[in-house]
Amino acid sequence: MEVLSVSVDSMFVHKMWNDQELCKMVAGGVPFPMLADGGGKVGAVYGVYDEEGGVATRGRFLIDPDGIIQAYEVLTPLVGRNVAESIRQIQAVQTVRESKGTQATPSGWRPGKPTLKPGIDLVGNVWRAWKTESAFD
Amino acid sequence: MAEELSPGCARPAGRPVSEAARDESAYQQERKEESNVILIGRKAPDFTAPGYHQGKFVNVKLSEYLGK
Repeated sequence: MEVLSVSVDSMFVHKMWNDQELCKMVAGGVPFPMLADGGGKVGAVYGVYDEEGGVATRGRFLIDPDGIIQAYEVLTPLVGRNVAESIRQIQAVQTVRESKGTQATPSGWRPGKPTLKPGIDLVGNVWRAWKTESAFD
Repeated sequence: MAEELSPGCARPAGRPVSEAARDESAYQQERKEESNVILIGRKAPDFTAPGYHQGKFVNVKLSEYLGK
């Protein structure tokens, strides 16, 4: 799994931010490339560039090895995301991919929890295979 | 007299004040770009961008990550 971050800030601002602040929060500094999207053209094709504000709305995109978008999350700037949820989604997408679509991860799935087998037999029988309590930890 | 701002987490930038006509053409462009909207199951738009990574300035192209 590879990570890239993109913002409208220049590579110089990224360097200063990493070297002055982020390295104090993460040992060794940010381990992945921080990319510069001045003008917001990349943000625009990903649907997160706010032209009036001149800045991108914070978004996170999961892209599979074939280059297909599997998930994305965009929240209002004042609300931070849940990193554990992003990790959970990566694990779920990987599980589904490895199963070649024969398995689905139900709501609240975590590694180790049962998956569902999508198909005609499951239709009307989800209540047998999955309880609403399973949506929670 | 400058008015005080409370930007919160936003990073407001300056911009020219547009006349009504220019606002309309911006709206038209937005409608056109809606067809390029990213969707689940669609290819992630490829891009190339400069950046900073662990002490070096780099250039990254998204499609180089295919297969990873």
